[in-house]
Amino acid sequence: MVQEREHVTGQPEEPFLSVEGLTYQVDGQTILSGVSFEVWAGERVAVFGPSGVGKSTLIRLLNRLDEPTSGTIRISGQDYRDISPRLLRRRLGMVMQSPNLFPGTVADNLRFGPHAHGETLSDDMIRTLLSGVDLAGLEDREVSKLSGGEAQRVNLARTLANQPEALLLDEPTSALDQAAKRDVEETILSVINTQNVTCILVTHDRAQVTRLAERVLLLEDGRLVADGSIAEVLDAE
Amino acid sequence: MLSRWIENQVWLGAAQAGITMVAALLVVWVTDRLKLGLKKDILVSLGRGIVQIVLVGFLLTVIFSADLWIAIPVILGMIAIASVMTIQRVKNIPNALWISLVGIAAGAGLVISVMTFLGVIEQALTSIIPIGSMMVYGAMNTNALMIERFRSEVTSHVGQIEAGLALGASPEQVIRPYTRRAVSAALTPNINGLRSLGIVWIPGAMAGMVLSGQNPAYAGFYQFVVSGSIFVTASITVLISIVLLRKQVFSKAEQLLLRAGEGV
Repeated sequence: MVQEREHVTGQPEEPFLSVEGLTYQVDGQTILSGVSFEVWAGERVAVFGPSGVGKSTLIRLLNRLDEPTSGTIRISGQDYRDISPRLLRRRLGMVMQSPNLFPGTVADNLRFGPHAHGETLSDDMIRTLLSGVDLAGLEDREVSKLSGGEAQRVNLARTLANQPEALLLDEPTSALDQAAKRDVEETILSVINTQNVTCILVTHDRAQVTRLAERVLLLEDGRLVADGSIAEVLDAE
Repeated sequence: MLSRWIENQVWLGAAQAGITMVAALLVVWVTDRLKLGLKKDILVSLGRGIVQIVLVGFLLTVIFSADLWIAIPVILGMIAIASVMTIQRVKNIPNALWISLVGIAAGAGLVISVMTFLGVIEQALTSIIPIGSMMVYGAMNTNALMIERFRSEVTSHVGQIEAGLALGASPEQVIRPYTRRAVSAALTPNINGLRSLGIVWIPGAMAGMVLSGQNPAYAGFYQFVVSGSIFVTASITVLISIVLLRKQVFSKAEQLLLRAGEGV
C-alpha cells in the first residue's frame, strides 16, 4: 500500500525512514518478523495493534535501544549502523511511555540532551520549549512535584530540546488519566503541527490513532499486516 | 592457667582452641533448642574455620622458612582465590572473574609492592604475607559489595538509563550516578572502620602486637599503616573494577544489556 512519492519535478523522493525486513528474536522467541515499511518526511504514522504484538519493540529498534536479529533501517538512505548511536538517537527523538525524568528541576531535564553532546541550552530556549508544551514558567520546578501529565509533557520537551528530525512516541499517554491524556495529546498535536516534525506513534488506542495520525501500520503477532490510511486499515478491520 | 600445664606452644594453642570450640558448641546447643535453624551452618562453619586456619598456620610455618620471593606466588594465589570468591557473591555480570582479578591484583599488587619497597611493610615474609592477606581480603569484600551494588543500581534504574541513552548521551554519562553510588556504598564500611579505629575496637594487627609484648604506641601506628593500606587497596580495586564493569553492561552500539532478573 506504500506508494512511491514523487517531487513536483518528477524525481522520486527518498523516504525519510526505510525499514527493511526487520526481525527481532529473543530467547528463541520471535517478537518481530520481517517488518518493512517507509515513512516520509512530515508524515504522522501510528503503529497500531493490541498489547504484546511488538509495537514497542519496533520503536526501540528504530531508536537503536535494541539490536535487530536481521534487517536494517535507513535514515534518508543511510544505513543506521553507519550513523553513530548517539547521533541517531538525537535525530530520532524518543518519548517513552514513562517519563523517567532525572532528579532535579524541569530545566535540568531539558538541558540534559544538548549538554550530553557539549551544547548549552539557553534560558530563552528552555522558556520556548516549555511554552510549546503548555508548561510556561515551570522551569525551576522540581520534577518530583509534577503531575503525571506535566511530567510527560516535560518528557516531550526534553526530547524536543535535541531538535530531532522525527519523534518516536511510545504509548505516550498510556500511563495517564483521561484528562491528562487529552492534554498531552493536544500538546503533541500542537508540537507536530507547529514544527511539522515526522512522527511515529505507538498506541493500542484506536481513538488516539484517529486523533494523532494520518497513516496506520497494523501489527499482529510481530508481523506488519496492513499499511495505509486510517480509513483503509482501521475501517477494514 | 593452661600455660602452666602445657609447655609446647602448638599443644597449648590446640587446648585453647578446644576450649573455644566447647563454648561455640554450647551456642550451637542453645540455637538448636531455640529452633533457629542455624545448627548445620554453624557446625560446618566452625569445622571449616578451625581446619582452614590451623592448616594455614602449619603452611605458614613452612613458608616463613623459605626465601622472600615466595611471597609473590603466595600473594598471587590469594588474589586468584579472592577473585573466584568475589564472583560467587555476584550474579549476572559477565567477565566478573576477570574484572575482580584485574582490580584486586592492581590494588593489592601496587600497595604491597610500594609499601614493601619503601619499608613501611617490613621486607620479611612474616610481615608481607599476613598484611598482604588482609589487603586482599579487604579488596575482595569491597569489590564484591561494589559489583553487587552496581548491578542493583543499574537494574533498578533501567528506565532512566535508557531515557538518557535515547537522548543521545553516552553510556558513561548515563551510568555515572550509579557508578558513584556503587563505589561510595562499597567504601563506606572501610571509611567507618577508619573512623572507629581504636575507639570501638582494637583491630587484629594491633591486638596481636600488644599480645606479643610490643610497645602499644608503636602498635597503634602500625595498625594505622595496616588499616590505611587496606583502605587504599580497596579504593584502587573498586576504582579499576568499576571502569571495567561499566563497559560490560553496554553493547558496542551503546545499548543497555543488563536488566532486572536477566543475565547479560
